[in-house]
Amino acid sequence: MAATLYEKLWHSHVLHQDAAGESLLYIDRHLVNEVTSPQAFEGLRAAGRSAWDPASIIATADHSTPTEHWERGIEDSLARRQVEALDSNIRQSGALAYFPFRSADQGIVHVVGPELGATQPGMTIVCGDSHTSTHGAFAALAFGIGTSDVEHVLATQTLAMFKSRSMAIRVEGQLPKGVYAKDLALAIIAKIGTAGATGHVIEFLGSTVRQLSMEARMTLCNMAIEAGARAGLVAVDQVTIDYLKGRRFSPQGPQWEAAVAYWKTLHTDESAAFDRTVAMDARSLRPMVTWGTSPEMVVNLGGRVPDPLSEADPIRREGMARALRYMDLNPGTPMSEVNIDKVFIGSCTNARIEDLRVVAHIVRGRKIASNVTQALIVPGSGSVKRQAEAEGLDGVFLDAGFEWREPGCSMCLGMNADRLEAGERCASTSNRNFEGRQGMGGRSHLLSPAMAAVAALTGRLTDRLESVT
Amino acid sequence: MTPFASIQGPLALLDRNNVDTDAILPKQFMKSINRSGFGPHAFDEWRYLDAGELGMDCSKRPLNPDFELNQPRFQQAPVLLTRANFGCGSSREHAPWALLEYGFKAIIAESFADIFRANCLKNGLLVLTLDKPVIDQLFSAAKAQPGFAVDVDLQACTVRSSLGMLDFVLESSTREKLLNGWGDIELTLKHAAKIRAYETSRRQEKPWMFS
Repeated sequence: MAATLYEKLWHSHVLHQDAAGESLLYIDRHLVNEVTSPQAFEGLRAAGRSAWDPASIIATADHSTPTEHWERGIEDSLARRQVEALDSNIRQSGALAYFPFRSADQGIVHVVGPELGATQPGMTIVCGDSHTSTHGAFAALAFGIGTSDVEHVLATQTLAMFKSRSMAIRVEGQLPKGVYAKDLALAIIAKIGTAGATGHVIEFLGSTVRQLSMEARMTLCNMAIEAGARAGLVAVDQVTIDYLKGRRFSPQGPQWEAAVAYWKTLHTDESAAFDRTVAMDARSLRPMVTWGTSPEMVVNLGGRVPDPLSEADPIRREGMARALRYMDLNPGTPMSEVNIDKVFIGSCTNARIEDLRVVAHIVRGRKIASNVTQALIVPGSGSVKRQAEAEGLDGVFLDAGFEWREPGCSMCLGMNADRLEAGERCASTSNRNFEGRQGMGGRSHLLSPAMAAVAALTGRLTDRLESVT
Repeated sequence: MTPFASIQGPLALLDRNNVDTDAILPKQFMKSINRSGFGPHAFDEWRYLDAGELGMDCSKRPLNPDFELNQPRFQQAPVLLTRANFGCGSSREHAPWALLEYGFKAIIAESFADIFRANCLKNGLLVLTLDKPVIDQLFSAAKAQPGFAVDVDLQACTVRSSLGMLDFVLESSTREKLLNGWGDIELTLKHAAKIRAYETSRRQEKPWMFS
């Protein structure tokens, strides 16, 4: 029978189903970080249990670790205690791989897993982090879970859950020059809303998606959670297979051929039906930016701050008005007149080598604007950092006036010292512009790495690369 | 998990869409490695006028008079009424832990974000959805009558109030777990033999996934 990619992944992992439809789903890969796991390990110990399959675990410290002065260790005592708890828990449980603080391959777990080949098509992948949806770019069923479910996976190697509905987002056409997967993701969220895909797993299909690199597909799937989706998916094709070949945890030798044969079945069958379908035209897209405090509050960078009075629904209207007060913006203001204080280039959305190359290309030989008080570039992992340095990108960034940091989640959520102060406005390549997300009272404008680079050079939100030449 | 009993009491109102988990429990409190201590920091950046840090005594901090839930009439209310997409964003379970410790036992909304909803139910915090017109009516009634109370009956899956009786839908297995206070892990481990059998055959068919 014809099946969607999601149905194939779901049914191949269900090992038990009760009368109400609640299923036990086998979990192949468990990514563990320092923030959402200590209470789970504690619960496991208290119940006298141990990890069911330690070889399913990839662990690293990413959320609360500093991104500078690593020689000093972790000066924040609470963060240090959390990272030490992870060290001790993983030492006890065992893991396929652990990248502790300051180790060569430490980084954001959603960057590290794929680059090591530990994220593979056909797997179920979970992590106590909502941006686990990133790994869906490899046709893996990947989603974020809470700490109780982290404990459940540690204890049983399964999750108890109901099947989601399916949504196809079909994108056709060539992305215009200067428009990236991040812009596509923001445009999708603008179209369907932050609850648009609640209860659904999204599969991204169409010629545009097929043309995207794995890095760009990860950016797209990463933001699926911002549309409310349980997970995002992209089918396997030659791009996926080429990316995985030869990576540290990728299948080797005769296993490789067997794996590839299986991976090639991981696509939606021609006549399979989705519960919902959304169509997008890539050719009409422009660089996008958020103006408010929800990822659905998006306009073209060349556009203007919208007017709440144009919104008919009173609750939504008040939400827009509240967002404008928080962001200190007035309706009708051109986005290109909005000055910024800081720039953050990083996060599991946009801190891969491809992102950094785009930024370097734009800022090479130029200087950041004098009104920009801090411009951070935080690579997604140790491996990304080494690659960037091998290509000389670090010198380009430093010459332009950027700070070149150690890997981690950093200012995406401001759990370490990298954060916005009250009233500061930031052009950010991260994924959430919620009130206080990047620091209490801070104001975030989400955009692509290219447009963050341009904003750093002009000191304001700017929709055209040409405006910096 | 404590078995869920029926809940009677006034509604607290948070008349907004898209309340995210960063707002429910800001990130600085996620450095705790405990499951408790989050209640005084629920909605910290909206609730207080000063900046909050983990471990501080919140009893003397200046409250923000403009934050809805600080109104005296909502203190001790066990049921929160809110709008669409409550709990969106981060998967942090610290958010439901904070809400439970704050004193909420049930949340009524138009819709919830998927991960947040699952996290609440794992902790015995009942999250239930009603249609928008019904939510509108509840907001109107509760705004007009201070102390407007509801009776949430999980056994019957009803919300009773002076507006009448409303039915809500919850998966039967979820309802049963809540009513009995059953933990998921214990239930799942009853199927340990099935898990092992699945794993054995998966190792044979797709050995590369296990190395």
